[in-house]
Amino acid sequence: MRFAFTDDQKMLRDTVREVLQRECPPEVVRAAWEGRHEGAKAVWSTLAETGLMGMTASEEAGGMAMTALDLVLPLEETGYAAWPAPIVDTVAVGIPLLEAAGTEEQKERWLPAAVAGRIRIVLSFEGQDVVAHAASSDLLIAERDGAAFCVPMAEVTVVPEQSVDRSRDLGRVSFDVGPRSRMRQDIDAGALLSLARDRAALGTAARLIGLSRRMLDMAVQYAKDREQFGKPIGTQQAVKHRLANALIEQEFARPLVYRAAWCLATSAPEAPTAVSLAKIYAGQAAQFVAKQALQVHGAIGYTIEYDLHMWMKRAWALAAAHGDAAHHRERIGRQIL
Amino acid sequence: MDLDFTESENAFRQECRDWLEAHVPREPLASGDTREGFSQHLEWERKLFDAGWAAVSWPTQYGGREASLVEWLIFEEEYYLAGAPNRVTQNGIFLLAPTLFEFGTEEQKERILRPMARGDVTWAQAWSEPNAGSDLAALKSTARRVDGGWRLSGQKTWSTRAAFCDMAYGLFRTDPAQARHRGLTYFMFPLHAEGVTVRGVDRLDGDEGFAEIFLEDVFVSDADVIGETNEGWGVAMATTSSERGLSLRSPGRFMATAARLIDLHRRYQDRAGPALRDEVIRAWMDAQAYRWFTFQTVTRMMQEESIGADSSMNKVFWSEMDVRTHETALSIIGALQELDERAPSAIDDGQWMKGFQFALAGPIYAGTNEIQRNIIAERVLGLPRK
Repeated sequence: MRFAFTDDQKMLRDTVREVLQRECPPEVVRAAWEGRHEGAKAVWSTLAETGLMGMTASEEAGGMAMTALDLVLPLEETGYAAWPAPIVDTVAVGIPLLEAAGTEEQKERWLPAAVAGRIRIVLSFEGQDVVAHAASSDLLIAERDGAAFCVPMAEVTVVPEQSVDRSRDLGRVSFDVGPRSRMRQDIDAGALLSLARDRAALGTAARLIGLSRRMLDMAVQYAKDREQFGKPIGTQQAVKHRLANALIEQEFARPLVYRAAWCLATSAPEAPTAVSLAKIYAGQAAQFVAKQALQVHGAIGYTIEYDLHMWMKRAWALAAAHGDAAHHRERIGRQIL
Repeated sequence: MDLDFTESENAFRQECRDWLEAHVPREPLASGDTREGFSQHLEWERKLFDAGWAAVSWPTQYGGREASLVEWLIFEEEYYLAGAPNRVTQNGIFLLAPTLFEFGTEEQKERILRPMARGDVTWAQAWSEPNAGSDLAALKSTARRVDGGWRLSGQKTWSTRAAFCDMAYGLFRTDPAQARHRGLTYFMFPLHAEGVTVRGVDRLDGDEGFAEIFLEDVFVSDADVIGETNEGWGVAMATTSSERGLSLRSPGRFMATAARLIDLHRRYQDRAGPALRDEVIRAWMDAQAYRWFTFQTVTRMMQEESIGADSSMNKVFWSEMDVRTHETALSIIGALQELDERAPSAIDDGQWMKGFQFALAGPIYAGTNEIQRNIIAERVLGLPRK
């Protein structure tokens, strides 16, 4: 039993953190809100140069054959920066799924480009046809009636939706469910898709932890700076306790996310339960921290011009994405009751 | 990261499980916070000690097994899962002993540790005073220098099981000229000596679990001072941080409570309904969250990282989880929740109401959760004190 990351894993996190700090300040998120995605896409290219996009591909496919455990810290950083991009869809889920379930032709066409960071993949699981970043991506991997499909975005109809988090560039996807885009049929698609769903949920949980940490950082900084009654509001016990509660929620979610990553990385039999635990607690923490951060900021937090709202709205979106709390609680309930 | 237990950790778990299965009393003992129950519990503690399970993480020379922190957590999981009795030696083994290991002399360790772990000499904490609770540094009891030792005077209160214990430990003011947390010294003192009066106080659940201690010129020799004179605050803080951090309430206890709650729900689910079902799942999940948080903390401790004020988060989490879990159980029991221990119709012998009352103490003892939240905000988040 040893619950700690390796130096290599932490180094990778630091690399991603530095890139995002430099290239994905709040202005880039704000630009995406206004329909300008160039900044967020430029980050994709820079991160591709570090090899991040190929992390989960096998070495034969030009990747690094890394696992959910290697990926969880970098994904947390993408949440911290609120980077608006389908990184979980592409790297945590899409590439491994394409490699495992793609036909030779599909792999040849898409895999090298995905590993090199030239294309972006988005996912649409059964019943989840409202997809973030669909219009600006290149390939859709979808589950319909238990079968897996790999559809070039040129053949997908995307009807714009509107997320409360505008930077998600949300759309409802549909496509012709034909044999041409069908993925391999000689394999157990059900098992692969269910693994893919768990990977998506875990990746989302990791981003949620990052979102929490950023919102808490903002609120703590604000509580130190903002003065009322002649002293920082952070000296008030009511404010302190609010932020202490936020930290507790966040810090008890975090090890669950890391543990779920380990379970996925090692194909542990308890992985599905671990992922559900992680997703529930990370989602709850992010939404709880968002609420506390808003209250601590007061009126300024309740505006569009201040940055906090972009993180809050991302938290609301991701907390329910890839299985909301009720869904995952039910999955656990069936296991333990 | 490797979250599998090693072969030797698994073997250790099996050894714990086998021994506990063979030895845990079939019939539950009377509450360890009553006079009758206390002596029953001591018999059990002796059995534990003689088989080497009383303090598994201690060096073998004091009766331990030199178990790692992970193994200690494994022992605790197995201990509470087996339904073994609560530990009445807790405040010695898990509060005083860590202080002795850090600050005690060789003579003190030799003299005190084995009898403590065997339950031959029982220990009570004597932190609070009538006017020094959360604000412990406001304490007024004094120790006056005399030939070969000290004379202690004053009043201590909320002293757990002191009505049945042999010895106690706490802070006394040795330099009245110094204010607050300066000028305090850490003493161990007898509860059956001349000048000591102990008065039991019935707790919320009716057990005589508390006591007040009155001291009038009680002699204590220099051998019973821990650490340096006037440096007692630092010595005591080391203890309270281990109390909150880990050793006071390990995850095994709450995992066992969650398992019992699931069993209760299974028996009465017809009346429980979906909202309570969700709460039962939550109780199980919270215990899991606490478990993995603890394994992460223990890894940090084993890498010699200091966990410091993080232990305050730990304390807030488990104490509030424990209250919620018991509230859920009582909601499942419904109209019969008021039935007390030994009421003929009580479900599970009224242990949920009993446990609920005990759980309510959690957010109060070992530093109230209000104080813990101040510590978290100031020392972890760095918010300004004033």
